[in-house]
Amino acid sequence: MATEAHVQAPETWSPIFGRLTLDWIPYHEPILVGTFSAIVLGGIAAVLLMTYFKLWGPLWRDWITSVDHKKIGIMYMVLGFIMFIRGFADALMMRAQQAMAAGGAEGYLPPHHYDQVFTAHGVIMIFFVAMAFITGIMNFVMPTQIGARDVAFPFLNNFSFWMTVAGALLVNISLFIGEFARVGWLAFPPLSGSAFSSGPGVDYYLWALQIAGVGTTLSGVNLLATIFKMRAKGMKLFDMPVFTWTTLCTNVLIVAAFPVLTATLTMLTLDRYLDFHFFTNDLGGNAMMYVNLIWIWGHPEVYILILPIFGVFSEIVSTFSGKPLFGYKTMVWATACIMVLSFVVWLHHFFTMGSGANVNTFFGITTMIIAVPTGVKVFNWLFTMYKGRVRFEVPMLWTTGFIVTFAIGGMTGVLLAVPPVDFQLHNTLFLIAHFHNVIIGGVVFGVYAAVTFWWPKAFGFKLDDKWGRRTFWFWCVGFYFAFMPLYALGLMGVTRRLQSYMDQAWQIYFIIAAFGAVLIACGIACGFINFAVSILRRKELAVGNDPWNARTLDWATQSPPANYNFPQDIVVTGRDAFWKMKQDGFKWSTNYTDIHMPNNTATGVIVAAMALVFGFAMIWYIWWLAAISFIGMIATVIAHTFNYNQDHWIPASKVAETEAKGEVA
Amino acid sequence: MSAHSEASHGTMGQLMIGFALAAILSIIPFALVMMETDIAPSTLVAIIMGLGAVQIVVHLVYFLHLKSSTEEGWTLAATVLAVVIVAIVLAGSLWVMHNMNVNMMPMSEGNMITDPEATPGASMSGNHEGHN
Repeated sequence: MATEAHVQAPETWSPIFGRLTLDWIPYHEPILVGTFSAIVLGGIAAVLLMTYFKLWGPLWRDWITSVDHKKIGIMYMVLGFIMFIRGFADALMMRAQQAMAAGGAEGYLPPHHYDQVFTAHGVIMIFFVAMAFITGIMNFVMPTQIGARDVAFPFLNNFSFWMTVAGALLVNISLFIGEFARVGWLAFPPLSGSAFSSGPGVDYYLWALQIAGVGTTLSGVNLLATIFKMRAKGMKLFDMPVFTWTTLCTNVLIVAAFPVLTATLTMLTLDRYLDFHFFTNDLGGNAMMYVNLIWIWGHPEVYILILPIFGVFSEIVSTFSGKPLFGYKTMVWATACIMVLSFVVWLHHFFTMGSGANVNTFFGITTMIIAVPTGVKVFNWLFTMYKGRVRFEVPMLWTTGFIVTFAIGGMTGVLLAVPPVDFQLHNTLFLIAHFHNVIIGGVVFGVYAAVTFWWPKAFGFKLDDKWGRRTFWFWCVGFYFAFMPLYALGLMGVTRRLQSYMDQAWQIYFIIAAFGAVLIACGIACGFINFAVSILRRKELAVGNDPWNARTLDWATQSPPANYNFPQDIVVTGRDAFWKMKQDGFKWSTNYTDIHMPNNTATGVIVAAMALVFGFAMIWYIWWLAAISFIGMIATVIAHTFNYNQDHWIPASKVAETEAKGEVA
Repeated sequence: MSAHSEASHGTMGQLMIGFALAAILSIIPFALVMMETDIAPSTLVAIIMGLGAVQIVVHLVYFLHLKSSTEEGWTLAATVLAVVIVAIVLAGSLWVMHNMNVNMMPMSEGNMITDPEATPGASMSGNHEGHN
């Protein structure tokens, strides 16, 4: 992230380096040089340790080239947590800046830098944290819930993951080479057009999202095909666990909505690179069309994030209440209703752009209607707990925190759906408080709940209870301290994205919010300490295959699951299949057969690496490199189609051996 | 995997029917334009768009084998969903943008084209639009 010095960087172009010059390297920025040195030193330490413990081979063979849906799911979670640190660092910087910059004080971040920080925070948190988390959870859990051995297209899954990583890397490269966009997380033109943002910042934004978007869309197709084609014998759609249902609806939304994002960003790219005029002020362009199109993707996107989390909470509530989920069918239909309704509410993001009363009324009413199926879900969770034997383990703690917090966020959302109210609150901190209320109270709490819930399945030992509770309480209390003041500020008319402000009466609210952010930082730290402590104490925290007395098939596997998941084909006869199996005293027969599995492949990571180079070259106008890397991508994919060595059989004897090991543990 | 059975690819006869229909549906609009008929341009556009829509259906049915029975009806369900989404996006965008246009303050001709160089934001970045 560069400051003023770079704005004056001369616009030069050389055939070899494109427009990349030394002026674009922020070596005179103490914050960035410090960050860069820390990352380099940490990187060198990691490389040395990896080499010392001879871990490069296993990393490459067992993880990077793996097509195992469980490992890819875990890698998505790792990516999410790493990017979470970056995105949260941006949040802390903003909170510190706004706590300081009152009444003429300028704080420590100049506007040029501050604008990059809030753009990077939004982009990273949505695309590379929240999306990575939910894709990771869906990948890890869903195939085992339907009794499958892997996803429908295992190689594609690996490729999707690495494309997401390539996008994430591009955003992080912008920190040290050039700058990031200063246009807000959705990059509205004309500000994001070439007339007003001429540097590489917006181009970093466009290419990072387009490359990651390829991964997201393909992953959506993949998971849909998995649900439709790979369910265990006898499992009807209405026998599927609720998490699988929410995964299904989420991926329908991904497949339907992400192409709109791709098309919209492509048009902006054409505007910027080839002087098209889709969204410019002149020559027939219309910037409002961009706002309209991006929100046609943007609103389904928020439901893409929250629907799988609704599924997570459904599984947790029924497991820890020891009861089948209350109103399974209403839960499924509520999910399906939300899926469809999420496509007819997008205008509520721009009530103030100038539509007439009839348009605003229509979208205001559809927005209020979507609260109904969401309310149905909340009551289903409450009634599941009612008269159940509720065990307040850590995942259940997150769930109750979620129900209370999300209900508050939902109500402020309905408030914002009233167009005249929105005219007062549009683009104020009230809106910021609202969507953090639902995203933190919903998605983030849900991710922590899911990690705590499925961790023993993934690794064979539970997370530490004490540190889990600390994580929750810091997060929960920190959230209220950080965002309730923003509601108040929003009602006072404070707009979002302020680098400094004159009215000193606001400052105390910003200081309280900053204090809340520090509490959340403690929560995040407790979460990581929890991982470390639990890994160190894994012997005493070790548990069996079904530590929570769960109900769905994902718990019928070993912990951690063998790479083939299930030693034999399963026949499903109804809902809560694993619960039924346990009651019938189910045991795997020892009569094993050979199991057919896909081979690992390096093609995914190679193509994604070329995509990263291609994106970088396009951002800096290094045309020769862009051409070479693009041809390389196509050639590698074509070469991959000639690879006939794509599968192998695990002999029955090996299966028997693996299963015997599981029994001992 | 078993989806690629004989039945799902259609017979030669069906493919030929589809080909003939597609050809006819292409020739009609082409001829209407080339023959410079007296039909009003707006009617002509409507006819061409209508035939285009029929053309889409022909392709779906004869070449992509869209039947209610294909893949247990999932192909049809997916197509219906896609059509619904596209309809929402197109009709919604047209409605929204038209409504905004109607509600916009009237513009004089001079305001229609703005020079980005003349606006304050452009001077800040100190660069020119277009990079090629």
